[in-house]
Amino acid sequence: MPETLFDKLWSLHRVAEVGQGECLLHLDRIFLHERTGSVALLSLERAGRRIRSPERVFCTMDHIVDTRPGRGDETQVPHGAHFIAATRDSARRAGIRLFDVNDPRQGIGHVIAAELGIVLPGMSVVCPDSHTCTLGALGALAWGIGSTEAEHALATGTLRVSRPRSMRVSFDGRVPAGVTPKDLIIHLISCFGSQAATGHAVEFAGPAIEAMPVEGRATLCNMAVEMGAFTGLVAPDERTVRYVRGREYAPTGALWEQAAEHWSALHSDSDALFDRELQIDCAAVAPSVTWGTNPEQAVPIGGRVPHPDSFADSHRASAAARALQYMDLAPGTPTDTIRVDAAFIGSCTNSRLSDLRAAAGYLKGRRIAPWIRALCVPGSSSVKRAAEAEGLDEVFRRAGFEWREAGCSLCFHAGGESFGGQRVISSTNRNFQGRQGPGARTHLGSPLTVAASACRGYICAAEPTE
Amino acid sequence: MKPQPFTVHRGIAAPLLTRNIDTDTIIPSRKIQRVSKQGLGDGLFAGWRYRAPDSREPDPEFILNRDGYRDASILLAGANFGCGSSREHAVWALGEFGIRAVLAPSFGSIFRNNCTLNGILAVALKDSTIRTLADWVQTDPRSNQLQIDLQNQVIEWKVGGTLAFEIEPAKRRLLLQGLDGIAVTLQRTSAIDEFEVADRAVRPWVYRLPEPPIAQPGNRPGNRGP
Ligand code: SF4
Repeated sequence: MPETLFDKLWSLHRVAEVGQGECLLHLDRIFLHERTGSVALLSLERAGRRIRSPERVFCTMDHIVDTRPGRGDETQVPHGAHFIAATRDSARRAGIRLFDVNDPRQGIGHVIAAELGIVLPGMSVVCPDSHTCTLGALGALAWGIGSTEAEHALATGTLRVSRPRSMRVSFDGRVPAGVTPKDLIIHLISCFGSQAATGHAVEFAGPAIEAMPVEGRATLCNMAVEMGAFTGLVAPDERTVRYVRGREYAPTGALWEQAAEHWSALHSDSDALFDRELQIDCAAVAPSVTWGTNPEQAVPIGGRVPHPDSFADSHRASAAARALQYMDLAPGTPTDTIRVDAAFIGSCTNSRLSDLRAAAGYLKGRRIAPWIRALCVPGSSSVKRAAEAEGLDEVFRRAGFEWREAGCSLCFHAGGESFGGQRVISSTNRNFQGRQGPGARTHLGSPLTVAASACRGYICAAEPTE
Repeated sequence: MKPQPFTVHRGIAAPLLTRNIDTDTIIPSRKIQRVSKQGLGDGLFAGWRYRAPDSREPDPEFILNRDGYRDASILLAGANFGCGSSREHAVWALGEFGIRAVLAPSFGSIFRNNCTLNGILAVALKDSTIRTLADWVQTDPRSNQLQIDLQNQVIEWKVGGTLAFEIEPAKRRLLLQGLDGIAVTLQRTSAIDEFEVADRAVRPWVYRLPEPPIAQPGNRPGNRGP
């Protein structure tokens, strides 16, 4: 029987059928962070349970850790230092690998898991964080879980999972200049909605994906969860293998050859059937931005904020009305007349070197509008070093951006730093109410869009350069 | 830890029919202040429930502050309830407030798993059914309570009115019995061992990591801030 990539990954990790439609899946890697991992570690310890394979468990400090230069354990998040210290202590006691605050490898979990070669194609990985699906970009089976599931994962090295359905999204046609992976995924979610993939493992495929670097694939897979997906996936190919080779935790020598050989079978068979198929014509996609409080509420930049009545579905209409109220926007407003107060480049969606290069490419020789507060937060300490080696930090600083240490930073508000009450153009993945601070109004866009909008002071797309 | 079993529950239902209510809304991140599963009930829906971000002054407009709904133990919610962040704190906060069941057209999947593991029943019902129940409840929330019977998979509402619901058998069993999932799986340790032995032969690189695993050079705790 022809199989999908997801079918193959599922079989590869199936320990047993445990009845009632559930399967016991083996976990190759478990990733934790100080926000939600700490509580799982502590609770497991209190229950007197041991971690089955501590050598395959990794933990990072990304969510709460400060990103201002010269940071230590102190953060602006109330009780943040407590989370950091508690995580460090339980990680030590548990004997798991921790990328601590000032470790040169520290960074956002979903960024460093790929960058360090901790997660490789074909592996299964879970993390108590919904954007774990980012790692599907490598062809890994990666999904987000809760803390109780994390305890189960740690104690047993497995999880009980009901098998999701399968979906393929084909990205056909030529991607226009200036349109980035972020625009493709925002477009996809706005076309099909925030629940389009609920209960599905989604494979992104098609010529645009084949031509896309791994970092762009990570941006796509990152936001699969914003359409409800169990996970996002891209079949590993030569680009993936090139990306993985030589990473700190990647195999070497004969083991590498064996792994690469194994990965070459990880793709959907040509006649494999999916439960659902969607198509996107890339040629019709433009740089896009959200206008509401859910990623599905998006339009091409230059388009207008829709009128709630324009939605046939009454729930969508009332959600739009509420969102417009929160966002303080009138229906029909042209998106490129929306003035912003702040700009944010960072997050597990768009904080990798290619993202920073794209933004810096635009910012070179330009300055942000005088009223804008702008931040650039690299996804990992090594992205930061690589960017500095290319002089990108100088470009950001000269343009008027703050240049930060790696972490989640203002992607989400945890009581510390805040975009409270401000309108933000942001390269992150969630524009929920209050996500970036009480009353913060978030517009999601690509790093390029953030850079261009910061300079103009109003939402805009960068002029395409061929 | 064992969750509280869910068999039959009768209680006041509060309609909160907005679509896409995310876990940030259920519990804002700033309300999660300790490494703990407790102390979260107060922060439930904090952004909507209180007048200002840091106040505890109830916003009288919010459903759970309105007459008749303050003791609600069931939520009637809009589609995609609990989407967004995986934070289980959302479920712990609901539980601490006293919510035992959420009925909605659809759920964020991680949220729904989290509910089940904490003894909270999350049932998917048709949108029109949710609306019908909400309309009926609203006429007199204190008297028009819902009774949810998980054993028989029925909800009793108005006199003589019952409606059947579907739930995955695995979730149902977990809820009915209040099982400790870890203990159940640990009974399969030998199957897991066997799997790993076989898998190690096929994918040795998964298990072989560069040494040293724990002592990490350069991995030092943060120095005190500037
Ligand atoms: S960068 Fe944002 S979305 Fe990503 S893991 Fe951190 S808080 Fe979550």
